[in-house]
Amino acid sequence: MSNDFREMPKDPKTRSLINAQISRRGLLAAAGGVGAVALLASCGSDSEIAAGSFPEDEGGTVRWANWTAYMDQKRVDGERTYPSLNKFIEQTGIDVDYLVKYNDNDEFYAQVQEKLKAGDDIGYDIVTPTDWMAARWIRLGYARELDSANIPNKGNILDTLSDISFDPGRNYSMTWQSGFAGFGWNKDLVDEDILSLDQLFSEKYKGRVMVLSEMRDTIGIILQYQGVDISKQFSEDQFMNAIDFLKQKISDGYIRQVKGNDYLEDMANGDALAVIGWSGDMFSENLGGQNYGFAIPESGGTLWSDNMLIASTSSNKSNSEKLINHYYDPAIAAEVAAWVNYICPVKGAQEEMEKIDPTLAESPFIFPDAETLSKVQVFRGLSAEEEFNYSDAFQEAIGA
Amino acid sequence: MAIARVGSSEKVYSPNKRSKRNAYLLLAPGLLWLLLFFVFPLLNLAETSTKTPSPTFETGEFVQSFRFANFIDAFLANQAQFYRSFTYALAATIIALAIAYPLAYSIAFRSGAWKNFLLILVIAPFFTSFLLRTLAWKQILGAEGPVVFILKFLGILPDGATITATAFSVILGLTYNFLPFMTLPIYASLDRLDYRLIEASGDLYANGATTFRKVTLPLSMPGVVAGTLLTFIPASGDYINAQLLGSPDNFMIGNVINSRFFRVVDYPTAAALSFTLMTTILILVIIYIRRSGTDELV
Repeated sequence: MSNDFREMPKDPKTRSLINAQISRRGLLAAAGGVGAVALLASCGSDSEIAAGSFPEDEGGTVRWANWTAYMDQKRVDGERTYPSLNKFIEQTGIDVDYLVKYNDNDEFYAQVQEKLKAGDDIGYDIVTPTDWMAARWIRLGYARELDSANIPNKGNILDTLSDISFDPGRNYSMTWQSGFAGFGWNKDLVDEDILSLDQLFSEKYKGRVMVLSEMRDTIGIILQYQGVDISKQFSEDQFMNAIDFLKQKISDGYIRQVKGNDYLEDMANGDALAVIGWSGDMFSENLGGQNYGFAIPESGGTLWSDNMLIASTSSNKSNSEKLINHYYDPAIAAEVAAWVNYICPVKGAQEEMEKIDPTLAESPFIFPDAETLSKVQVFRGLSAEEEFNYSDAFQEAIGA
Repeated sequence: MAIARVGSSEKVYSPNKRSKRNAYLLLAPGLLWLLLFFVFPLLNLAETSTKTPSPTFETGEFVQSFRFANFIDAFLANQAQFYRSFTYALAATIIALAIAYPLAYSIAFRSGAWKNFLLILVIAPFFTSFLLRTLAWKQILGAEGPVVFILKFLGILPDGATITATAFSVILGLTYNFLPFMTLPIYASLDRLDYRLIEASGDLYANGATTFRKVTLPLSMPGVVAGTLLTFIPASGDYINAQLLGSPDNFMIGNVINSRFFRVVDYPTAAALSFTLMTTILILVIIYIRRSGTDELV
């Protein structure tokens, strides 16, 4: 997130070429080569990356694939409704199918990958991948360029998020929410605050601990526990040390399961007492009557963002853009944040939050202060080769 | 045939030819189906299994390099899961047989007017999704669920012990899910059994145990073989039970194949593992059928 590639050209063809180079050589090595690559790329004529054949805009219902507990909810006559979404539907008359389809980035990508490749409708217009996965979608041309004219609120994005390495200038993606990975626990069954991995993997909780199947979060927290800065270049040996640590905890029986967002079910039924989980989940489950705690590990947690992208196969672009715009209205963003309790990416939402709930406007998990941010790191960008090898090692470690 | 030869030579062969042609015509839809949905995917899988990642390591991009060592690598890296799959599947098959045989026997011979009702009970679980039924077990056996609570209260289960996330619950899940596949074929062969043979055995002074050993069991062997195959084969490839009721330490080869296909997007390894699994099962099944001497009956 902190990488600056401001001079990157706007042309998507050029950018995807550059991004491919970045992924190949590693972000740091590529920084010097950007100029040369851009020059080369601008000479090239139409290549296969200039995916000009996007579907016609046919309008209709916007289908949005998102993660669990990621939208403000309210029970009306026993049915779950999404108040902020209903406002959009009332104001614009555009229907929205809000689909909770994300459990895990890899899992979701694998489900739609073949269709993206073939150019067939994947069944969603808006998808919500995490940064590193969003980078992959954009790099491979699976995201449609956003039309700023349809997103007048685009300027409301936080300055820290407006110019990120995988999408400089935010031409393909807009942040949905950001959040922390750290420790979550069930306060009814655990009578202490869990602040370190030693506590998490103590005898008391043996066999009742779950960790995320999101490699960057679980391994990111272990790496920081081992004293590695995950935002900077680290070696394969260091990564593999963290993998060995995880393997050991699994084979010693401390870790019950390794899961995606469905770890919430295991917390709810008591199978999991404590987890490596996501900040907002704990708070939003508390709104539903649970009694969970959350803390960023003393040795460091991870910071990530999920991004709204319009899939290359979508034939419903302008309506989707209007929906993205809707969520960059500070009042609407505050309404969402008040429920999901994740970091709000919209300027002015903090002021709006004052009106909804002044204590939430102070929450470091929604509007993080410098002190909170100093305790978390963003996992560095991996080259495609590293991604393949690390993901392979991680999957092997978690038994599959 | 000899009678037909009396007529002209043309008439002799045409019905034969036509019936042959008809046979092929009738077989065509099935053969086409097999070709489309079995042979082609299998060839595709074979082709994928020797690929290697493209030089750019882009996700889902592979190049054909005829690397047969993929098979060895994939097997060596996942021996534990292979071994576990067959152990769990074998355990589930034996337990299912121990439950299903008496069950099928009593339905076939002792249930009287209740026969159809009992059969419906055996099939009834199929009316709900097997995913839901497995999830239900997860809840029932969960760490805060009723079973664990009672067992801990009675002091049978030590504090801190759990039932789910163990090999026990995975085997239990497999047994439960495939029990009907074991029961129905055994029931079918017992139901067809000529009861007079059992009576005859009694007339010849065989006691109950001898009658069972010498008459009932051998005659129901086709059902037993079919039932054990219908349980063992899908159980050894299953991954849902291990995923929902097990921990990473209980994962089976199906979990690995699933994760290679759908998470790592490492198609060659997944394909190689699938092939190895298929071949191993095929070999085991052939040995089993030869041994049980019922090849003509299955």
